[in-house]
Amino acid sequence: MTRLNARIPEGPVASKWTAYKSASRLVNPNNKRKLDIIVVGTGLAGASAAASLGELGYRVKVFCYQDSPRRAHSIAAQGGINAAKNYPNDGDSAYRLFYDTIKGGDYRAREANVYRLAEVSNQIIDLCVAQGVPFAREYGGLLANRSFGGAQVSRTFYARGQTGQQLLLGAYSALSRQIALGNVTLFNRRDVLDTVLVEGRARGIITRNLVTGEIERHAAHAVVLASGGYGNVFFLSTNAMGSNVTPAWSAYKKGAMFANPSFTQIHPTCIPVHGDTQSKLTLMSESLRNDGRIWVPKKVKDVEKLRNQSIKPADIPEEDRDYYLERRYPAFGNLVPRDVASRAAKERCDAGFGVGRTGVAVFLDFADAIKRKGHDTIDALYGNLFQMYEQIVAENPYETPMMIYPAVHYTMGGLWVDYELMTTIQGLFAIGECNFSDHGANRLGASALMQGLADGYFVLPYTIGNYLAAEIHTPRFDTSSSEFTIAAQAVTDRLQQIKNCGGKESVDHFHRRLGKIMWEYCGMARNDAGLTEALYQLTELRHEYARGVRIPGGLDEYNPELEKACRVADFIELGELMVRDAQQRAESCGGHFREEHQTSEGEALRNDDKFAFVAAWEYKGREVSATLHREELQFNEIKLSQRSYK
Amino acid sequence: MLLYSSITKKVFMALAGLFLISFLCVHLGINLMLLKDDGGRAFTEAATFMGTNALIKIFEIVLFAGFFIHIFFGLLVSGQNKSARPSPYAVSNHSETAPFSKYMFHTGIIVLIFLAIHFFDFYFIKIGLVAPPPGVPAHDFYHRTLLLFSSPWYSLLYITCFVVLGIHLNHAIQSAIQTLGWNHSKYMDAVKVIGSVYSCTIAAGFTLVPLFILFFRR
Amino acid sequence: MKFTLKIWRQKNATAKGEMISYDVAGISPDSSFFEMLDTLNQNLVMTGGEPVAFDHDCREGICGTCSLYINGRPHGPVKGVTTCQLHMRSFVDGDTIHIEPWRAKAFPVIRDLVVDRSAFDKIIQAGGYVSVNTGGVPDANTIPVPKEKSEAAMDAAACIGCGACVAACSNAAAMLFIGAKVSHLALLPQGKVEAAMRVQKMVACLDELGFGLCSNTYACEAECPKGISVANIARMNRQFIGAKLFSEKEKTVRDSL
Repeated sequence: MTRLNARIPEGPVASKWTAYKSASRLVNPNNKRKLDIIVVGTGLAGASAAASLGELGYRVKVFCYQDSPRRAHSIAAQGGINAAKNYPNDGDSAYRLFYDTIKGGDYRAREANVYRLAEVSNQIIDLCVAQGVPFAREYGGLLANRSFGGAQVSRTFYARGQTGQQLLLGAYSALSRQIALGNVTLFNRRDVLDTVLVEGRARGIITRNLVTGEIERHAAHAVVLASGGYGNVFFLSTNAMGSNVTPAWSAYKKGAMFANPSFTQIHPTCIPVHGDTQSKLTLMSESLRNDGRIWVPKKVKDVEKLRNQSIKPADIPEEDRDYYLERRYPAFGNLVPRDVASRAAKERCDAGFGVGRTGVAVFLDFADAIKRKGHDTIDALYGNLFQMYEQIVAENPYETPMMIYPAVHYTMGGLWVDYELMTTIQGLFAIGECNFSDHGANRLGASALMQGLADGYFVLPYTIGNYLAAEIHTPRFDTSSSEFTIAAQAVTDRLQQIKNCGGKESVDHFHRRLGKIMWEYCGMARNDAGLTEALYQLTELRHEYARGVRIPGGLDEYNPELEKACRVADFIELGELMVRDAQQRAESCGGHFREEHQTSEGEALRNDDKFAFVAAWEYKGREVSATLHREELQFNEIKLSQRSYK
Repeated sequence: MLLYSSITKKVFMALAGLFLISFLCVHLGINLMLLKDDGGRAFTEAATFMGTNALIKIFEIVLFAGFFIHIFFGLLVSGQNKSARPSPYAVSNHSETAPFSKYMFHTGIIVLIFLAIHFFDFYFIKIGLVAPPPGVPAHDFYHRTLLLFSSPWYSLLYITCFVVLGIHLNHAIQSAIQTLGWNHSKYMDAVKVIGSVYSCTIAAGFTLVPLFILFFRR
Repeated sequence: MKFTLKIWRQKNATAKGEMISYDVAGISPDSSFFEMLDTLNQNLVMTGGEPVAFDHDCREGICGTCSLYINGRPHGPVKGVTTCQLHMRSFVDGDTIHIEPWRAKAFPVIRDLVVDRSAFDKIIQAGGYVSVNTGGVPDANTIPVPKEKSEAAMDAAACIGCGACVAACSNAAAMLFIGAKVSHLALLPQGKVEAAMRVQKMVACLDELGFGLCSNTYACEAECPKGISVANIARMNRQFIGAKLFSEKEKTVRDSL
């Protein structure tokens, strides 16, 4: 237990960060030049960190698997970014943002980190505007705000439906500037396959050049992982096809603990699965729930008629429709938080009221909104989303209700980090979605962008300095040392083993199976028996995979199947850990819903006495169960209470 | 000139092109005097003025410079464009483009060939490089013109070339405005219309002369 | 649905490539174009062939990774979408579909349909940013920005850097890409400060990379999945001419970084 020390500064929560900054050690500019930092990933967290560290004068190497840093999946975030600016004068403050985030996360996040996040949120907006991010504005020329789920104030800044894109391009431009200046070196099309430790400290990484297949060694004084989330463990998710857990997983195997792996966010408004060859799910912005009404038919007979297309949705009379969110949560209606809306959709579909060809979809209906606000207003608000929907589904949402279903979207779990964002490996930092820190058991809309940029621009540049101040006498590392040689050899061996196992099935075949198991037993609702079953099936799958996968092509060439093979191998192992974590947490909180633990009305039932802790897992070997460590959560500022949206 | 940036090259081409376009207007004015039934007096007078006035003489050099810049950069840019895609597509491009805009090089070459013929027929005779046809004095452009246009084949060639020039101009005018960055959301549509009307006028105006001579002066 | 695919296969950057014919069957009209290619690749893996390499990542039309020149058009026959948002219902059952990589000297082929677009990164590195460091910036609302300017900047900033403009252009020019970035920043007061220097540096970089020149055919605008207007190219030209004519001597490159 002693290994988990979050090193939270003393003092009241509002002054912790200031106190930390005043006391932390600094590195003189001349010494910064002598220190190397590796940053893995170029999403909001990685790009902003690499740029900021480059500006400070460190020598930075940044890695991404994409062909350009601009393509990281932060780019796909639609809705917006939260900040406690209080521009609308509606009573917002850093404290309120802090409070909403802790409550939204169902009281499973660390107070000190979340307060710091809320505190620096305003600086993010200032910086992004200075970078030229074209946020939406009012006619007076000042910034516009909109409201989002889980808050009673308007604190979300946005750039149409492409906020993530614009913020990422801002960070990418700052990064590009540092690359041009020579402070940052970019390594694109690289998979990071291992972390190298020298005397217990993170000192480098092993990468595979995806174009040439070369195994490369890179050394540095500190390593920063910003490799994103692991939603692709479910095969179908809103993540990018290449999003993977491999850099974080390799760090886990080297001693970095993995926290709350089972905390997954399932987003309620996605386009439903169309068939077996589907590769990817597309999110429709949460903002649609402002005007759309969610319903399913009340009568099973209507469901059948819809399915054999003898009637259209519009033919079902008002009294035969079940607006289940409005029925169950009259206060919040269609705007309940994501986890609640998702579960409610699943409940209806499981009960046999699901619509669409597959029966796993619900209607999101704009007919009332169009009648009330007019076609043009709806078009101005959601035109691009409607178009996107029509392109994918070939149905016009102005004429017939949209069909939606929840899909895996974000993972709150990740590498355990302390207040300084350092993992349990000295000198190894984790930022953005890659770490576990700020969202507890459920993330609020527009908070992911805030956290990624807060970590990269405003937190890590301070905390990493505090670590590196003690490293100024450490000379640059030689990558021909035995530690690097052993790690590189291990990576080569692993690739060869995967390549030569001589199996018959494709990587995707196993990935789909993995996804099915995870979705079935470790998705929106979990129970002890199911999780036990999942664990059994996953162990089977892992063994089958080791001897059954077929990889065409060679190791020393561009080989997408080989890339996927490594990622899926890690996903299978991660799946097992997620299941263990879900099983150990015998309570329901946020996105983690254990069927055994619910109120009589079917709502999530927390158990604060037993489970107000962060579950951090320590790797013990492939065939040995990971060890659970607990970081008890202290709530000094906020009183724990039951979330209610009724 | 080879080292100029891509935009600078295009700007020179555009400016030279606009200048040549304005020159065409003057040229057309003189040509239309051929339609007057006065035995070529007005036309000869205008031609003589153009051939002797000192200011026009200076302008002639500017005109040649205009031709040179436009053609030189045109060829240079086309070469550079060609080399920007060394391996071609197997399926040729089907993208929607501005009318005939992809064929500026081709139409330009046709106009250039015509220009060469035109020089042999008139300018080189005037400056004494080429002997005039028998029976026509070197400075008698009027009768030279009548003689040339009395051939239906020559007239057909002439008309074809001016239709091609019209096509070239149709894209050229709005393209020059775009290159020079003078576009504006409010006026760009008008510029396109004016460009098309102007290019039609030029093509039609020049075509009118051989048709008129062919049908009414023989 | 079933299709005959004619796909450009090329082992690596130096190898000679050729168009190879494949047949796929049993494709749902609701499949995306990439799901159709996934099916082909699954078949190839199972039958001992090598799957076709193509670039793709987000599969929701925003990351700009996907490319593909389909039947003579970048991102295929539907206007305003990327290849990843293209669905097989946009084709006729039994169609022959030609699939080629982007073709440009500045975008060399890496393998099959994958090209190297790092030239775009280089252009941005040459000046596609506002030179501010983290920290020390004024409050976000200090400088009001007229809504229409902000909207126009957003229109230009919507570029996803996919390279369809270059692929469609008969000259393989990158003017729409660079014009969009120059315009985005020049339209905002924050970007105006170094606008003159930026446009000169970015154009100079563009010229070194081997792109062609613009002949205003506007194929780029027609094929841009985000519908970015060629008015941005004109705006950049205006900026460039102004900068060349009026910026002080010796001020351009030396002070830049």
